Amino acid sequence: MKSLEELKALRDKLQGEVSLRDDGDDKTKVLVGMATCGIAAGARPVLAEFVEQVATRGLKNVTVSQTGCIGICQFEPVVEVFVPGKEKVTYVNMSKEKVARIVADHIVGGSIVSEYTIGSRQS
Amino acid sequence: MQELSLNILDIAENSVRAGAALVRVAVRAFPAEDMLRIAIEDDGSGMDEETAKGAADPFYTTRTTRKVGLGLPYLKMNAELTGGAMEIASSPGRGTRVEATFGLGHIDRAPLGDMGQTMSLLAGANPEMDFVYELCVCADTGDSADSGGIAGAADSADGSGGFVFDTREVKQVLDGVPISEPEVMAYMASHINENTKELITAYNI
Repeated sequence: MKSLEELKALRDKLQGEVSLRDDGDDKTKVLVGMATCGIAAGARPVLAEFVEQVATRGLKNVTVSQTGCIGICQFEPVVEVFVPGKEKVTYVNMSKEKVARIVADHIVGGSIVSEYTIGSRQS
Repeated sequence: MQELSLNILDIAENSVRAGAALVRVAVRAFPAEDMLRIAIEDDGSGMDEETAKGAADPFYTTRTTRKVGLGLPYLKMNAELTGGAMEIASSPGRGTRVEATFGLGHIDRAPLGDMGQTMSLLAGANPEMDFVYELCVCADTGDSADSGGIAGAADSADGSGGFVFDTREVKQVLDGVPISEPEVMAYMASHINENTKELITAYNI
């Protein structure tokens, strides 16, 4: 059973790490579209999987958050990845299963998973 | 949507956009009356009477006033499909309360689903806001009176009558560590799910 004691232990562990980090613009940001269209299409488990992957890999300098509807509802769930100093990459028709590869290849490895991007859907 | 927790996430997003500081989600099961009641209450900007009245109607919403979208009509439809109803109470500058009732054992009622994911996402993505989630099984509707407490829980004697999650408590423990840290978000999701699993299974919520 998860208890507050466990949260205290987690806090103690993170307190050391967080203080070493910059809160500035050097963070990779993962934003998942979480409007009605995104939620209905399955955005919540996608976001939860990003959180899980980032947490278990202990990735620092990565934040996972939500955004609203960006107007391409037919491509939901939509995920935007912002790597500092690089152009935004938009992944479309996301699923929980696609998350691990984006984390491994793109966020950790630095190479975009082109076949999941919106660019691959436009001929 | 396949889970009521997805409807709850969707409605709570309205509270986020309404600039709320505190959002309370209360899920109460009344097995004796075969009813499930979900209330989402915020202290955000609220709506005037006309907007609140129209918010549940997908055809009322016009492009220029589209603040709410399809989320509320969707919840209303899901509630009515199970013999329940949805009500919106709102007042400008004070906040909004959305309450939906469902037939607890109705075949068309979606399961509550993964409230851990819903609450941890809301809390982590909106670190400046606070969220409270209560789940309880109540003896009858007269007992709970929506006082915010979990008094009246059917089997509170054995300690399994209710569960409360409050981000203000979490933040106090975190002592400056951001609630948006992925590891904290993952903790909150499993904390909520592990502590409510028994109740949800026992009463088929």
